[in-house]
Amino acid sequence: MKYALLVYSKPGSFEALSADEQAKVYGQYRAVSAAPGIVGGEQLQPAATATTIRVNDGHTLTTDGPFADTKEVFGGFYMLEADHLDRAIELAAQIPSTWMGGSVEIRPVVEN
Amino acid sequence: MDGGLGRDPARGGELALIEQVFREEWARVLASLVGFLGDFDLAEEAAQEAFAIAAERWREAGIPANPRAWLISTARNRAIDRIRRGRRFAEKARLLEERSVVECNTDEGAIPDERLELLFTCCHPALALEAQVALTLRALGGLTTEEIARAFIAAPETMKRGLSRAKAKIKAAGIPFAVPPDHLLPERLAAVLAVVYLIFNEGYGGRTELAREAIRLGRVLAALMPDEPEAHGLLALMLLHDARRRARFAGEQELVLLGDQDRSLWDAGEIEAGRATLERALALRGRGPYVLQAAIASLHAEPDVDWPQVAALYAELATLTGSPVVELNRAVAVAECEGPQAALEIVERLELGDYQYWHSTRAELLRRLGRGDEARAAYRSALELARTAPERRFLRRRLQEL
Repeated sequence: MKYALLVYSKPGSFEALSADEQAKVYGQYRAVSAAPGIVGGEQLQPAATATTIRVNDGHTLTTDGPFADTKEVFGGFYMLEADHLDRAIELAAQIPSTWMGGSVEIRPVVEN
Repeated sequence: MDGGLGRDPARGGELALIEQVFREEWARVLASLVGFLGDFDLAEEAAQEAFAIAAERWREAGIPANPRAWLISTARNRAIDRIRRGRRFAEKARLLEERSVVECNTDEGAIPDERLELLFTCCHPALALEAQVALTLRALGGLTTEEIARAFIAAPETMKRGLSRAKAKIKAAGIPFAVPPDHLLPERLAAVLAVVYLIFNEGYGGRTELAREAIRLGRVLAALMPDEPEAHGLLALMLLHDARRRARFAGEQELVLLGDQDRSLWDAGEIEAGRATLERALALRGRGPYVLQAAIASLHAEPDVDWPQVAALYAELATLTGSPVVELNRAVAVAECEGPQAALEIVERLELGDYQYWHSTRAELLRRLGRGDEARAAYRSALELARTAPERRFLRRRLQEL
C-alpha cells in the first residue's frame, strides 16, 4: 500500500524552540525521511508564501495566503510504501509536529 | 458435533441445533474467510451465502460431521465464484490459486482460529468507536445489522451505512488483519477490551442480550489470549457484575443499591465463575484496571465487605487511571470505613459538577452528616442530571425522605 503522511504544524511552535531544540527537531524530520519505506516527500515554504487560485466562469481569481485560516498549517508530506496502516501510524507518531501541537493525517493513495 | 445427530427425527430439535451451530461457528467461519480473501465485504457475503445453503441442506441431510469445515469450504467456493464473475478476475484468481494450494485441506485441525485477528481488525483505533462496537457485534457476535441497530436504538439504514463505511475503510486504508506485534499490543488490547466492556455496559442497563454477548466475547478473548491478565480481569469483572443483575432492580424496575440488594437474587454460580477467573488473572500477576475493578467487585460480593481493602484498591486504580470518577468511588468506600466526613473531604476536591453521581454521592454524605438543606440541594442537582426513570424515582424518594 502507498500512503501520504500529511504534516500539519501549529504556527510558531518551531520558532518558539531554542536553537538546540530546533536542530533536534530537524534531525528527527530527517530521520523520518530516511526511514524504510519512505519513497518521497517535501517540506513546504511557510503558509505566508502561499497563493490561492480559484477559477470562476473562466476568470482566474488570485488571492494571497492559504485557502483557509486554520489552527494547523499544512507544512509538507512524506510518501510511504508499507504493508498496512499500522506501519504508517508508527512512522507518523515519530513526526515532530504530532507532539508540537500539530498532527499528521494519513491518507492512502489511489493506486491504479 | 456428531454426524448421527443429523438423523434425529425431532425436527424442532434439529433446527435449534442448526441455529446453535450457526451461532458458534459464524465468527470462526467469517474470520477464516476474511483472512483468506483479504476483503471484509466479500467474506461476509460468502459466509452469509454458505449459512443460507446450510440452513436448507442440513434440514434434509442432517448436520455434517465437521460443520465448520463444510461452511468454510462452501463459503470459499461461493467467494471464488463471485470473484470469477467479477471484473477483477485475473488479478484475484491468481491470488486464490496461490493460496488454495495450502488451503485445500479442510480437516478440523488444519483450519487456524483467526478470530483474534478479526477482533483486532474490528477494534482498530483508526475506526470510530461506534463502528468498532458495531463491527465487533456483527463479525464476532454474529448479530445482524437489524439486531445491532435495535440494541443501540439506531435506524437500521444508519447502522448499515456506518458498517459499510467502516468495512470500506478497512480495505482502502489497509487496516491489518493481524494480532499486533508486542510493542503495540498493550495499547491495542486496551482498545479491544474497551469495546467489549462498552458492549457490556450498554447491556447492563437492561438490554441483557448485549451483556450476554459481551460476556461471550470476553470468554472468547480470554481463551484466545490465555496469558493476558487483563483479558481474564475483564471477563471476571463482567461475570461479577452480571451475577447481581437480577438484584439491581426490584418490582417495578426500581433501582436497588448494592447494600440493600437481596443477596438471594445473586447468581452464586456466576459469582464463583467470576472469582475463579479473577484468580487466574491474579496468578498471572495482573494488576491492570480490569483486574483491579474485578477484585473490587469480588469484595463487594462478600457477605461482609472489607471496606478498607475496597478503598485501597480504588486508590490503586485512581493512580493508574487518574480518573476522578474512581476517586469518587474511593470516597464511597472511605465513607463506610472512616465515616462521611472523611469521604466528603475527598468528594469536595473533585471537579465533577456535570456528573450525576457526584451530586448524589455528595447528597448522601451530607444527609448522613445531618446537613439536610445542603443534602436536598445536592439531590435536586442529581435529579436534573439523571437519565433513566428508575434513577429519577430513586432520587425523588430520597428527597421526600429528607
